[in-house]
Amino acid sequence: MKKTFAALAAATIAATAAPAMADLVVPNMSYRTGAYAANGIPYADGFNDYFTLLNERDGGIGGEKVVVPECETAYNTEKGVECYESTKGMGALVYNPLSTGITYQLIPKVSADGITLYTPGYGRTSAANGKVFEWVFNYPANYWDGASVAVKHLLDVNGGDLNGKKIALVYHNSAYGKEPIRTLTELSKKHGFTLVELPVDHPGQEQKSQWLQIRRDKPDYVLMWGWGVMNQVAIQEAVNIKFPMENFIGIWWSGSENDVGPAGDGANGYKTISFHGTGANFPINDDLKKYVLDAGKGSGAGDQVGTVLYSRGMYAAMTISEAIRKAQEIAGTSAVNAAQVREGFENLNLTEERLTELGLPDFAQPITANCADHGGPGSARIYQWDAGGKTWNAVSDWITSDADVLDPLVAEDSAAFAAEAGITERCN
Amino acid sequence: MPDQLLFAMEVTLNGLMAGVMYALVALGFVLIYKASGIFNYAQGVLALFAALTLVGIQQGQVPFAHLINAMTGMHVSHFGWTVPSILAIILTAGVMVGLAIVIEKLVLKHLVNQAPIILFMATIGLAYFLEGFGDVMWGADIKKLDVGLPQGISETVESVTDSLFGYGFFIDNLDIVATVVAVLLVTALTLFSQYSKQGRALRAVADDHQAALSVGISLRFIWILVWSIAGFVALVAGIMWGSKSGVQFSLSLIALKALPVLMLGGFTSIPGAIVGGLIIGVGEKLFEFTIGPMIGGATENWFAYVLALIFLVFRPQGLFGEKIIERV
Repeated sequence: MKKTFAALAAATIAATAAPAMADLVVPNMSYRTGAYAANGIPYADGFNDYFTLLNERDGGIGGEKVVVPECETAYNTEKGVECYESTKGMGALVYNPLSTGITYQLIPKVSADGITLYTPGYGRTSAANGKVFEWVFNYPANYWDGASVAVKHLLDVNGGDLNGKKIALVYHNSAYGKEPIRTLTELSKKHGFTLVELPVDHPGQEQKSQWLQIRRDKPDYVLMWGWGVMNQVAIQEAVNIKFPMENFIGIWWSGSENDVGPAGDGANGYKTISFHGTGANFPINDDLKKYVLDAGKGSGAGDQVGTVLYSRGMYAAMTISEAIRKAQEIAGTSAVNAAQVREGFENLNLTEERLTELGLPDFAQPITANCADHGGPGSARIYQWDAGGKTWNAVSDWITSDADVLDPLVAEDSAAFAAEAGITERCN
Repeated sequence: MPDQLLFAMEVTLNGLMAGVMYALVALGFVLIYKASGIFNYAQGVLALFAALTLVGIQQGQVPFAHLINAMTGMHVSHFGWTVPSILAIILTAGVMVGLAIVIEKLVLKHLVNQAPIILFMATIGLAYFLEGFGDVMWGADIKKLDVGLPQGISETVESVTDSLFGYGFFIDNLDIVATVVAVLLVTALTLFSQYSKQGRALRAVADDHQAALSVGISLRFIWILVWSIAGFVALVAGIMWGSKSGVQFSLSLIALKALPVLMLGGFTSIPGAIVGGLIIGVGEKLFEFTIGPMIGGATENWFAYVLALIFLVFRPQGLFGEKIIERV
C-alpha cells in the first residue's frame, strides 16, 4: 500500500510539476500585481507570446518545445529570489528578472549554479564585461550606453557643441536611478556641459521641489531615469511648468505609453531612448495574430500587442530563443542544458538578415557577442511621442554609445567587482 | 527682494499646497480612528479603489472584463458609452457606501469588542483584498483621470507675483482646487459632527462605545456611516492624486504621505490633519530647498517623519490629539 501510494505520488509530481525532460525551460519572472503591474504586464505578455508563437508555428526551437513557467515577483527583490529558487530545479536555462534589484541578488547565485542571467537594458552595467561576468549578459545596451546615446543625440541637435549647456538629470533615488551619474559626469567633462542632479525618492508621487528647481535653474535639457509613477508625475510636472517637451528625454524605462498617457496632449514631443522598435506593423505581427492571438493562446488580455513594453518583452524572448538556437548548433543537440545555453549566448551572432527572417526587420541592432563582450553594440534610437496619433516615432538613426568614455568605466567597475568576489579574469 | 528669498516664498507656498494634498489622505484615517479606534491600513487602497471605480464608470468600462473574457472567450471591454463626470462621482460615492456596508457586514461586525490590534490586522487584510479586487474588476493599466479639474501653472498667481516681486511664482491650478475642496470638506465634516444628529452620535461612539450603546446608538450604523464618509474622502483624495499621476496601483502608496501628518496632527483631530499636513508640506519643501542640495537631495520622504518625531517628543499625542490619561 505504501509502495503504491509512493509510486502514485511520484507519478503525480512528475506529471504536474515538472516539464518533460527534453523541454526548454525559460522561466518568466513577471510582475502582474503591485505598484508596477502596469509595466510588468505588457512585458510579460510579449515575452510569453513570442515563445508561444515559436511553439505553435515552429514546434518550438530546434524541435524542442519551450516551457515558460511564470513566477510573480511583484517587482520585489525577496520574491524575485524566491522565484529563482523555486524554478531553477525545473531545469531553467536562463533568467530575465526584469529588475535591477533582483539582478544584483541573482548574479552570485547564477554564477554558482551555472545558469545564464540575461538582463537586456537593465541590471549591472559592468556585466557587459564577459571577462568578469561569465554568466551574465546585458546586450544590446545598458544604462551607460543610454546616457551616452542621449548626450550624442543632444550633440546632434546642437551642432556638435554642448559647451556651456546645462543638463538636469531627474532620477529615481535608487541603484538603478544612480547608474548614469558616473557616465554623465565623465561626459560633462568631455563636452563641457553642466550636470545638475535631481534625485526623486520612491515612489515619486510628489516632485514639486525638483520641478520648481528646474523652473528656477532653467536647464537646457532634462534627462530622466525613472520607473513607475515617477515617470507619469515627472512628465505632468514638466507640462505644468511648460518645460519644452522636445528637450525632455527619458531612458527606455521612462518611455512607454503608460508614462505619457496621463499627461494627455501635454506630453506631445516627449522623447525617449530605445534599443528596439515598437508598434504592431512588423511582419512577425501577422504570425502572432494567426498562431497566437486568433487561436486564443495570447498571454494576458491580448490587448498589449505593439506597445513599447510588449515589444521589449518580445525582444528579450527573441534574443533568448536565438541564443538557445545557437547553443543547439554548437552542442549538436536540440536538448541543450544551461551550460550549453551560456555558450549560445556567448557566441550569438544576430545579424540584420536574421532579424528580417524572424519578421523583425530594423527592429534592433545586430549583436555579435564573444567571450569578453557581453554588452553588445550599445546602440539605441531616439523616439518622440506623438500624442495625437498615440505613436512613438523614431527621430534619429541608431546612435552608438561613446566607447572611449564607457569602456574604461566598465573595466574599472568590473575590476572592482572581480577583486571583491575573488574572480580571475578569463578570455585571455 | 533677493532671489533666494523669492524662491523660498515660492517653495513655502507650494509646500502649503502639497500639505493640503497630504491632509486630504490623512482625513480619511482620522475619521475612522475617531469613530472606532481603528487605524485603517486600507485607507490608501480605498483611495485607489475609488479612483479606479470613478474612471471605470466614467469611461463605461465593463467591470471584471478580463475575467469575463477569460471564462467565456468573449472580448468585452467597454459598454460603448461615457458617463458625465458629476454623475460618475455620485455613482462612485454610492459604490463607496455599498463597500462600507459590505465591510461592516463581513468584517467589522464579527470583530466587535476585539482588541484594536485585531481590527488593525483586519484592515491589512482588507487592503490586500481590495487591491486585488480592484485589479480584477478594472484592470491594472494606468488610466487617465479627467473630471475637468484645471491643471498647470496658475497664470493669475504668476502675473500677480511677477508684478509685485518681478518674479512669477509657480502654483499648480490643481493644488488651488485641492485647497478649496479641502476647506469645503473640513467645514462640512465639522458642521456634520457638531450639528447633525448622526454627527453627535458619531462623537458619542468615539468618546465611549459602551455608553453610546447604552443610550440606544447603533454602533453598526455608525461604523457604516463613518466608513462611508471615509470612502468619500478617499474618493476626493483619489481624484486629486489621480489627476496628477493617472490612476494606477501606486496610488495606494499615498498613505505613506499621510502617516507623518497623522503623527504630527494627532489621530483624532480633523483640524489636526489639516494643520499637520501644512506643517509637513512646508517643512519638507523648505528643508529640501535649503539643506537638500548640501546632502544630496531627496530628503522629503524621511524629513517628514523626522519632523513628526520632533513634534512627538514635545506632544506625544500630536498637536491636536486627545491626551490619554490612564490611571492605575
